[in-house]
Amino acid sequence: MTGTQTPLARVEGLGAAHAGTGHFWRQRVSAVALVPLSIWFVYAALAVVGADREAAVAFLHQPVNAIAMALFVIAVLHHSVLGLQVVVEDYVHTEGWKIAILLFNQLFAWILGAVSLFALVKIAL
Amino acid sequence: MAHKSAERVRPLSPHLQIYRWPVTMATSIAHRAAGIALSAGTILLAWWLIAAATGADAYHVFAASAANPVGQIVLFGLVWSLAFHLFNGIRHLVWDIGRGFEVRTANRSGVTVAVLSILATIAVFLLSHGVLH
Repeated sequence: MTGTQTPLARVEGLGAAHAGTGHFWRQRVSAVALVPLSIWFVYAALAVVGADREAAVAFLHQPVNAIAMALFVIAVLHHSVLGLQVVVEDYVHTEGWKIAILLFNQLFAWILGAVSLFALVKIAL
Repeated sequence: MAHKSAERVRPLSPHLQIYRWPVTMATSIAHRAAGIALSAGTILLAWWLIAAATGADAYHVFAASAANPVGQIVLFGLVWSLAFHLFNGIRHLVWDIGRGFEVRTANRSGVTVAVLSILATIAVFLLSHGVLH
């Protein structure tokens, strides 16, 4: 397997995709984080479903809930960007479109994250 | 008498519509579809947080949208997507440590994950409507 690799290529360990295991690993780390966080999110959603704004604000005003929601937002957007990236790479074969959609994927997640976290800070503080 | 080759029914190489869907293929496709749905769902999460931060009127618009039939169908789909992606994701993590690859085991875990996701979705919906309280 390493027979035709140069010593430099071997120590870099990036392989044919030039990205190594970085994407794979970040996907797993966020997946592991999301196991407890998404179960917590269902609990949170059930805690405020059907209630008015006051109840939702009171729930998110609790430090533990605000922190858990912030972690959930960050982990879910990170995981989502990585997952959608693979879908785009699998099905979009025109280089220009692929780069454009990957850019949109990443930048849109940043905007969603900034907006969500700002709203959360405004509620929690 | 020989037909012209264009008129003859030519053998086709197997493809998606020909194969009987194995469990592992169905769960793999569903995992990806659920992931895409959940990604779209992050927009609704942002909407909920913005509405809560903005005020009672904005929150009422969100709550009313979530409660109407279209909103309920969307939310039902998202709850199932979350349940399936979570359970099947755990199945993937088990595969990542090198276990559960035997055909029998992989098929069984796939069916288990599908059944659990449906049961969890129904439970969450009953809870959200105050049925199981």
